[in-house]
Amino acid sequence: MSATPSPSLWIRHQVLEKNSILLLIGILIAISIGGLVEVLPLFYLKSTIERVDGVRPYSPLELAGFNIYVREGCYVCHSQMIRALRDEVERYGHYSLAAESMYDHPFQWGSKRNGPDLARVGGKYSDDWHRDHLRDPRAVVPGSIMPRYPWLEKTALDGSHLDDHLKTLAMEGVPYSAEMIEKVSDDLRAQSSADDKAIAELQKRYPKAIARDVGGQPTEIDALIAYLQRLGTQVDFKLYDDKANIR
Amino acid sequence: MTQISAQAKGMTLGEVGLSIVLVLLAFLSLYIWAGAYESGFAFHAALFALASGAGAFAIVNRYSGRSAEPPPQTIDGKPNYNFAPVKFLSLAAMFWGIAGFAVGLYIACELAFPDLNLDFPWITFGRLRPLHTSAVIFAFGGNVLLATSFYVVQRTCRARLAGDLAPWFVALGYNFFIVIAGTGYLLGITHSKEYAEPEWYADILLVSVWVTYLLIFLGTIWKRAEPHIYVANWFYLAFIVTIAVLVLGNNASIPVSIYSSKSYIVWSGVQDAMIQWWYGHNAVGFFLTAGFLAIMYYFIPKRVNRPIYSYRLSIIHFWSLIFLYIWAGPHHLHYTALPDWAQTLGMTFSIMLWMPSWGGMINGLMTLSGAWDKLRTDPVLRMLVVSVAFYGMATFEGPLMSIKEINALSHYTDWGIGHVHSGSLGWVGFISFGALYCLVPWLWNRKELYSVKLVNWHFWIATIGIVFYISAMWVAGIMQGLMWRAYTPQGFLEYSFVETTQALHPMYVIRAVGGGLFLVGALIMAYNLVMTIIAAPRVEEVAVSGASPALAPAE
Repeated sequence: MSATPSPSLWIRHQVLEKNSILLLIGILIAISIGGLVEVLPLFYLKSTIERVDGVRPYSPLELAGFNIYVREGCYVCHSQMIRALRDEVERYGHYSLAAESMYDHPFQWGSKRNGPDLARVGGKYSDDWHRDHLRDPRAVVPGSIMPRYPWLEKTALDGSHLDDHLKTLAMEGVPYSAEMIEKVSDDLRAQSSADDKAIAELQKRYPKAIARDVGGQPTEIDALIAYLQRLGTQVDFKLYDDKANIR
Repeated sequence: MTQISAQAKGMTLGEVGLSIVLVLLAFLSLYIWAGAYESGFAFHAALFALASGAGAFAIVNRYSGRSAEPPPQTIDGKPNYNFAPVKFLSLAAMFWGIAGFAVGLYIACELAFPDLNLDFPWITFGRLRPLHTSAVIFAFGGNVLLATSFYVVQRTCRARLAGDLAPWFVALGYNFFIVIAGTGYLLGITHSKEYAEPEWYADILLVSVWVTYLLIFLGTIWKRAEPHIYVANWFYLAFIVTIAVLVLGNNASIPVSIYSSKSYIVWSGVQDAMIQWWYGHNAVGFFLTAGFLAIMYYFIPKRVNRPIYSYRLSIIHFWSLIFLYIWAGPHHLHYTALPDWAQTLGMTFSIMLWMPSWGGMINGLMTLSGAWDKLRTDPVLRMLVVSVAFYGMATFEGPLMSIKEINALSHYTDWGIGHVHSGSLGWVGFISFGALYCLVPWLWNRKELYSVKLVNWHFWIATIGIVFYISAMWVAGIMQGLMWRAYTPQGFLEYSFVETTQALHPMYVIRAVGGGLFLVGALIMAYNLVMTIIAAPRVEEVAVSGASPALAPAE
């Protein structure tokens, strides 16, 4: 190799080749820049999350359903993120807003659609349809490749420590009030009962929460359906002004 | 380093400290076991108690059997390499590879024939897919990286591995982490963050193992007899450090209770999505790329007995690769609710990333210049080289798919799965197989492999398997993407979702056949490697102290 005017960059680079700590620091600097530039602004730029009305934290029953969704790995096959593309909007509904998943710890946007997107599945089918579908997907949708989930309706919902869950989420910034945490068992019961007074209380804390009488102790399928039926129903797109939120 | 007098045999500080920590951990685990909220968590607490108890026992047992003095750093002026943990890790890689490929084959069959879910919670696709991805990435790939890095850092530094118990803590602790993670998935214990599914307590274990790993690696470099740190070690170091940063950032979570396996990630929604793919794409970039590039930079020159093609190119390759990779995450989030500026940055840097990727490929391939004929005679070298070719292909396809308009079609489809597998089966798989075929004879002092012919069979069966796999996924992905956006002349969407699913069935069957062939290849390798250990002729005295061109300093 011909000699370059010294000290060339190649010679200077030898400092890093001979000192592991300097090399380590160099690596840390190189890998920090991209992450900092892309991640940090998302926490302080106000435009990151749209200003919308109606998005509220999960009720206890819905949260239990969310956790079942996570446990069963539903995110592996179902996205919850409608992209701003014509066919997606026509197939699934209004494109997803960042605001709609702002209380999801963690996010459930998914990355692969072995099944359809679920971001706006709430209200699309009846509870009974979901029950039949989770029991045996091919009985309702011939040709579906989804597994059957027969154990969900046989397993009683364990809501015994949901107050701990709410407390943890409150620590992470989800606006659960002290009252919500205190009434977690009442709200769980109310949302699966026909007790009008308790339901009114529940809806004061969790507006638009839909209660369904399950005739006794809720099972896991009841929680999951409560979660699914809520998906994508929080924002009223008749009122939503997407011009005001152009980013 | 603790110095021990030649006469009195005593426990080292490390032995005392680690056994106390393990005993305390065993008691803590029992305490948690007694109060655990969920049966799955109780099971894991019991496993922790057993493993830490066994660890403490093993330390004491080893102490009673060992000599008073620590193993010498050198014998007759030659480094006294510590290869026992490397042997364990190599065998673990082989085992987990087969397990991971088998689970992959099973879930491929589940997608083609959903009745195979058998109505058992533990083996539904949703729980098995994380098991597959973690088993192949972290169990197979991770053990390959640990094994090769412990081997390469000793050889290229001409120094014995730092630490006495520490390498075993890393080797066993890492594999215990894998057991906890894997059984957790089956039980439904998951963060639901792709490739970062293990829950908080598994993460704590992983981080403690990983920090120890970093210290061992650095400690060995500090003992080196060579003035320069060899290029493979830069890549290993970048891989170790960056994975630590990524894991800490992405898994930040608060447990619901010390008695519960459940925790909530502190990030949410759009920020969580960005952090997830900052992590997710760089698990690819630093675990599956930088780490395995280190393997390329040691094993290919070593196998062909030539120096690296261009030392300067490797410097450019290294810095540009690690700087650019970290930006690429947002290309997983095109057209989503992630702000456009972040998507555009992600796409731009992903396209730029093509250059260092191909620079690295060229550096690896051109190392063969003057020795291309060896490709005809040495199937192990062929495997290493074809892996670099697959690397080139996958790193061309990746930037292509990161272009927003193309991503609009490819995202959410099997094209992504095909892309990942051309990288993972072709690049990561083949370079790992090549490295294992090199390592096993070296570690066990065998003249050569039990059968070169079987390597040839492995190579061709696996290559055909990969071709089946990725071409089926290309067809499936592009077809489904086009069907989703197909309109009738009247302007209605032409296909319902389930029609697009049904159309994939033949491709899913072909994919499963491809995956099956890849598994058969790996089984042939396992047989070959085991027979090499059992039956191949021994090398009596190894004279490979430092003649390797890979050890040559710069210029």
